[in-house]
Amino acid sequence: MRYSALSLLLNGLRGNKTWLPAWRQPEPKPHYDVIIVGGGGHGLATAYYLAKEFGVTNVAVLEKGYIGSGNVGRNTTIIRSNYLLEGNNPFYELSMKLWEGLEQDFNFNAMVSQRGVLNLFHSDAQRDAYTRRGNAMRLHGVDADLLDRAAVRQMLPFLDYDNARFPIQGGLLQKRGGTVRHDAVAWGYARGADMRGVDIIQNCEVTCIRHQNGVVTGVETTKGFIGCGKLGLAAAGNSSRVAEMAGLKLPIESHVLQAFVSEGLKPFINGVVTFGAGHFYVSQSDKGGLVFGGDIDGYNSYAQRGNLATVEHVAEAGKAMIPSLSRVRVLRSWGGIMDMSMDGSPIIDRTHLDNLYLNAGWCYGGFKATPASGFCFAHLLARGTPQETATAFRLDRFTRGLMLDEKGQGAQPNLH
Amino acid sequence: MASLVPCPHCGARPKEEFTIKGAALARPTPDAGTEAWMDYVYLRDNPRGLYEEYWHHTSGCRRWLVVTRDTATHDIEHSRDVALSQLTDIRP
Repeated sequence: MRYSALSLLLNGLRGNKTWLPAWRQPEPKPHYDVIIVGGGGHGLATAYYLAKEFGVTNVAVLEKGYIGSGNVGRNTTIIRSNYLLEGNNPFYELSMKLWEGLEQDFNFNAMVSQRGVLNLFHSDAQRDAYTRRGNAMRLHGVDADLLDRAAVRQMLPFLDYDNARFPIQGGLLQKRGGTVRHDAVAWGYARGADMRGVDIIQNCEVTCIRHQNGVVTGVETTKGFIGCGKLGLAAAGNSSRVAEMAGLKLPIESHVLQAFVSEGLKPFINGVVTFGAGHFYVSQSDKGGLVFGGDIDGYNSYAQRGNLATVEHVAEAGKAMIPSLSRVRVLRSWGGIMDMSMDGSPIIDRTHLDNLYLNAGWCYGGFKATPASGFCFAHLLARGTPQETATAFRLDRFTRGLMLDEKGQGAQPNLH
Repeated sequence: MASLVPCPHCGARPKEEFTIKGAALARPTPDAGTEAWMDYVYLRDNPRGLYEEYWHHTSGCRRWLVVTRDTATHDIEHSRDVALSQLTDIRP
């Protein structure tokens, strides 16, 4: 069923009793051309673009939980393409362009809201760094505006401009950045893929990858053996565990990242604002809650919950930036497991097995990359060659010394 | 994550006193070859379960520890002083 104003009206007149489920609940077939392990944003987007753009429709997405239960429903919903490095920037800009047309493309309201992303800077050195980043963005055809203190003050008068330690000097603004309703992204891609024949199989955990003579033959799952022509891994925080089933050791550690939402407030923050002197980013949802987060907790974790010390740290950073947050009550917090790579950049590549493909290492930047990640992974799965904006995300870049380290932290995942 | 971390010198101490370095791996010898060094610097087992990590008791005794911790339940099984435990390895 195509969603439109007319379908809304007709279904409304019928008492909303004739809506069909957005996707089927199929039992797995014995064999698929492509199986994707992981029904998160990236896995669903991959299936969607495989079916829509590359004509591969005999596809299954295997999800151990339910659609939307993982990181795609556990992030702070920010989209942006304000990257510095050559290998990253065109890819994230492709993602931004796909976000811009996404709702029309998959016929689902994902509430894409380009309300701007502002990164504050607090020192001359940081201004230089942001100027450089803004220039790099512009050279790649991405919008970037460097705002001075007065311009930021006009936008956001309630920030702590004269903080003794971290006075706000200005900010780098990407107007096309913003937020997207994350659940709707999962649902929209799931529905779009399902409509084109993809089987989305929920509550189906992969327990073993069967391979013979360097070729994957299929996967053992909690719903039995399923054969496949090609296997794509998009298991986010569990990437290492799934890759291990194929004898692959990854340059990845799993870490927990927390996010928070406050009680509903009147309109307060229009876009996304990030603190340059600590790790804190905040936006306001359409319901009025402030959605915010900070840094990862800093230790390897597979538990989708974080530590109180990090909660306190995030709250302190937030209050240093916006003093009036001190009286805001936090309603909920949650944790997601990030596949933190050794250089802070992702991997979309082939592996040592002929028909096994890997999509991993998104660190805590995976949500904004969802459309491009799906598109590029689908390109790789369908054609066997990397999409032109994703040529730097190779698995062997660590061996070849071609790291993509945006932050310059080195091989220390808990610092990325 | 447990709020209290056992330190062999200071007893149970708040987690915030510690700095976490990451996987406690055996450092290869200088002539071990590129592959061994690649593995050591970049590749990780990243298990769901027991894991040995280097922790520094930054705001306490300032000793480097190896903390054995479960990455799914966050229970800490054991901690030991890196340098001292190596000494006892040499002198049985």
